[in-house]
Amino acid sequence: MSFDTFLQHLTNGISLGSLFALIAIGYTMVYGILRLINFAHGDIVMMSSYFMIYFMSAMPWYAAILLVIISTVLLGVLIERVAYKPLREASRMSIMISAIGVSYLLENLANYIFTGVPKGYPDMPVLTKGLHIGSLSVQSASIVIPIITILILVLLINLINHTKTGMAMRAVAKDYETASLMGIQINRVIAVTFAIGSLLAAIGSIFWGARYPSVYPLMGVMPGLKCFIAAVLGGIGSIPGAVLGGFLLGMGETMLVAFFPTLTGYRDAFAFIVLIIILLVKPTGILGEKTTDKV
Amino acid sequence: MKKRTRIILTVILAAVFIVILTLLDQGVLGDNYVRRVLNLAAIYSIVAVSMNLVNGFTGLFSLGQAGFMAIGAFTVAIFTVPLEYREAIFYISPQNPILAQIELPFFAALLLGGFIAAGIALLIGAPVLRLKSDYLAIATLGFSEIIRIVFNNMQSITNGALGIKSIPGVKTMWLPFGVAAISIAIMKLLINSTYGLAFKAIKEDDIAAEAMGISLFKHKQLSFATGAFFAAIGGGLYASLLTSVEPKSFYFTFTYTFLLIIVLGGMGSVTGTVISSFLVTLGLEWLRFFDEPLTIGGVAIPLFRSGLRMVVFSILLMTIVLFFRNGLMSNKEFSWEGISGFFKRLFSRGKKEAGSNE
Amino acid sequence: MKKSFKWIAFIMVYVMILSTFLSGCSSNGGSTAANSGSGGSAAASNDSEVIKIGVFEPLTGENGGGGSQETDGIKYANEVYSEVLGKKVELVIVDNKSDKGEATTAVTRLIEKDGVVAIIGSYGSGVSIAAGDIIKQAGIPAMGASCTNPMVTQGNEYYFRACFLDPFQGTVMANYAIQNGAKTAAVITQNGDDYSTGLGNFFKQAFVKLTGDEGSIVADMVFQTNDQDFNAILTNIKAANPDVIFAPSSIATAPLIIKQARALGITCPIMGGDTWENVSIIDVAGSDAEGVVISTFFDENDTAATDEAKAFVKGYKERLGGDDAVIPAVAALGYDAYIIVLNAIERAGSTDGAAIRDALAETDGFEGVTGAFRFDENGDAQKSVAIIKTVKDGQFEYLSTVTVNE
Repeated sequence: MSFDTFLQHLTNGISLGSLFALIAIGYTMVYGILRLINFAHGDIVMMSSYFMIYFMSAMPWYAAILLVIISTVLLGVLIERVAYKPLREASRMSIMISAIGVSYLLENLANYIFTGVPKGYPDMPVLTKGLHIGSLSVQSASIVIPIITILILVLLINLINHTKTGMAMRAVAKDYETASLMGIQINRVIAVTFAIGSLLAAIGSIFWGARYPSVYPLMGVMPGLKCFIAAVLGGIGSIPGAVLGGFLLGMGETMLVAFFPTLTGYRDAFAFIVLIIILLVKPTGILGEKTTDKV
Repeated sequence: MKKRTRIILTVILAAVFIVILTLLDQGVLGDNYVRRVLNLAAIYSIVAVSMNLVNGFTGLFSLGQAGFMAIGAFTVAIFTVPLEYREAIFYISPQNPILAQIELPFFAALLLGGFIAAGIALLIGAPVLRLKSDYLAIATLGFSEIIRIVFNNMQSITNGALGIKSIPGVKTMWLPFGVAAISIAIMKLLINSTYGLAFKAIKEDDIAAEAMGISLFKHKQLSFATGAFFAAIGGGLYASLLTSVEPKSFYFTFTYTFLLIIVLGGMGSVTGTVISSFLVTLGLEWLRFFDEPLTIGGVAIPLFRSGLRMVVFSILLMTIVLFFRNGLMSNKEFSWEGISGFFKRLFSRGKKEAGSNE
Repeated sequence: MKKSFKWIAFIMVYVMILSTFLSGCSSNGGSTAANSGSGGSAAASNDSEVIKIGVFEPLTGENGGGGSQETDGIKYANEVYSEVLGKKVELVIVDNKSDKGEATTAVTRLIEKDGVVAIIGSYGSGVSIAAGDIIKQAGIPAMGASCTNPMVTQGNEYYFRACFLDPFQGTVMANYAIQNGAKTAAVITQNGDDYSTGLGNFFKQAFVKLTGDEGSIVADMVFQTNDQDFNAILTNIKAANPDVIFAPSSIATAPLIIKQARALGITCPIMGGDTWENVSIIDVAGSDAEGVVISTFFDENDTAATDEAKAFVKGYKERLGGDDAVIPAVAALGYDAYIIVLNAIERAGSTDGAAIRDALAETDGFEGVTGAFRFDENGDAQKSVAIIKTVKDGQFEYLSTVTVNE
């Protein structure tokens, strides 16, 4: 493989990885607070893309983006209120089943409302412009996305560590009951968590649409699973971990296909194999902390 | 209720069941479509009970049933297609020469599939079963997908993503119903045995169970492998019913259907699962009219078009998960006392009554 | 609340089982009989006054786009020719969801519950092949409109098709590529799609045979259903530097492949099969779609068109909303499939499956809108003509007609 080709593959990998990272953050935040794998997160990205299509056809892009973000956040908070809040005291299995149910409902709803025919994501020239640097061809999105992801990462770390809300979130993640006894508004904290997660999902969907402009009801399923795996890889509950996991998984997948083209069929399996390995070797993930289970 | 009364009632019920099934099978009642849907419901009940064994009775959150079904389905598919059709099916790359010679009778292939699935379950279970519930769910889901993806790519063994067709079909309704009855009976026997008690103990509190001397590993493995075995049997029958299979059908979302069935039926109840498999399968077909444009008295009702059926189905699932978490039967089983008590209470609702054993 | 729920549930079980039996026993389906196409509530009318033709197409799922277009062509044909043998023709449309399992259930339902005398469909060779066995056993004749894989009709005397086959299409595309100077080619196929894998193979065989060069296929890549990221595959192809790329994929993935290829700086021509003749590809791929070449069945501006074809073009364009609308080829094929079946029913003089099948086999020179029809011993339409189109200025434009004399 020539160096140029390798470099091109590398760029592809970073680009894919940062997309995974953005969405993985959403998973990890929700899991950290609620110990819930929000299966519906990938589908929220999907719904966000559909929102974009409809808003873009009715108004200029800046207004559309704003509305998309607002509606996605509303969707996320609504889901939490309706489907997860009533089950907070129930067993983990029940709430997971609820998450699966929400995911299923969103997919079928999208299939019914928007039909299964793939629609085109509106083109945003600023993101899809092709740049040619030497022999490398990248979309401008490939450069913008990693930068924005790192920026968001920094912002979030600041939020978590240096603001009161962040402290509340850390407290709830550490010990749910004690936090509520200390006077923290649990409902508000959880709502804020979901809001931030959905905000990231909305941004993720915009970038995803720039890279892969085909929108269909099941588009969120595989990416959603892979992003969750990325979050686990990096350490579930840790935001830097999610970003790291996302990059690793994106790079890994791209390199697999790059070096072993006959194995493209196993591309999705790669993510699952990584998952199994990390669960067996270091279940808390690369950046995770060991926690002890009290009996 | 006297034991004799119970036995008589059970015999009558069994006789009624046999008569109805024979009538259906001979074509006196119903048509091919009805037979097909009922066969499908019977097959689903096998898989659902196997899933309930693992999830409901042992408390292991496993989402891997679709993968085990796939193993059973493809084993039957690979070994029972008549030899003369095979070349046409494997037209991209020829079937593995060893496999191309072997044609097994149906039951042999079915059991083979079951054992292969159980073997793989033991392999998978060893590392995975000690994980906590949500991780276990994702891990089993991951394995289910890995199995599917592997089948998708093994061109010379499973014909890859093209799938296999011309599988000999189901000739009589006694096949799915008979196998279902036997499988469910076996699983029920397992649950009623000391192993079953151990399973329930593990579900309640696995650390306490271990402290009481129950070998967690051994019992979890047993439950998981048995669940996989019967899921594969269900899968093999499924392949027979459909006469053609492809890996795409066993996407992990297939497991969601069984999840719904066991939640609806009650996660600790075999009877509940059986009833709800029939309810769900028949219901899904019955709900098909949601997909068609509906006119009442010449006025077209706007909402009805393709896709509405699954939306209604998902809303039903959410409603049950949120409001009827214990499902139909929670963890109670079928019993004549239960039914007579039920009717008694029904008719004496107006009067105050001391509670019976409900 | 729990108790009343159980009560309701038990009642539901009985009602459902009862209704399934009853609807199975009566001659017509009960609430599950579909009434589409004609829009009226004809279910109450006497059964023998209506002839039912089943339509099984993907209306949702991966192939929902093409399936909907084909169905629309069939519906239009039903409106134009709504009677045969003195009875009204009613379409029963079932969605097979682009899934083989659903296809078998859908076809069973059409045959058993709805009592159709013939079946039209499906878009997507995979589902057609899956349903083939059931159709053969039931003895109901089926006419495929746009399914091009040979396996659909092979060994199945009840399945016919109105379009050309993939071996033919593959040869046409290979011919075209070589005539335009290509010496090397890269092929991208979708794992698991009979159409894509089959057509890709036929192209490869034809290309190698015509160039005489075993190594002329410099890259042979496979992707999975629902894959969206083709960058790795395309980067490898870029490194192999082919003269042309042939990627017979579905409508969903086509624009992704096109856009990503162009974004990576791949400049060679990209070719697709008949599935690519769909406006949504141009919509999503935008300006990157310029210059894409496809093969297809139908050209609406064909000057040698018959009166039937001219009337169809005019009428269908109106239905689509004006002269600017482009008629999808699969709609034309759906139209043809319908009128051929109707013609066969008329010639057979009855609604008996075997009689209609024999009448279909005897079709000779019947004029459809996509050409004259005669079926060979496999049930395939003997068509020796393919149309090549290209994308120019955001529209599909006719490029040439290729005739291959076999």
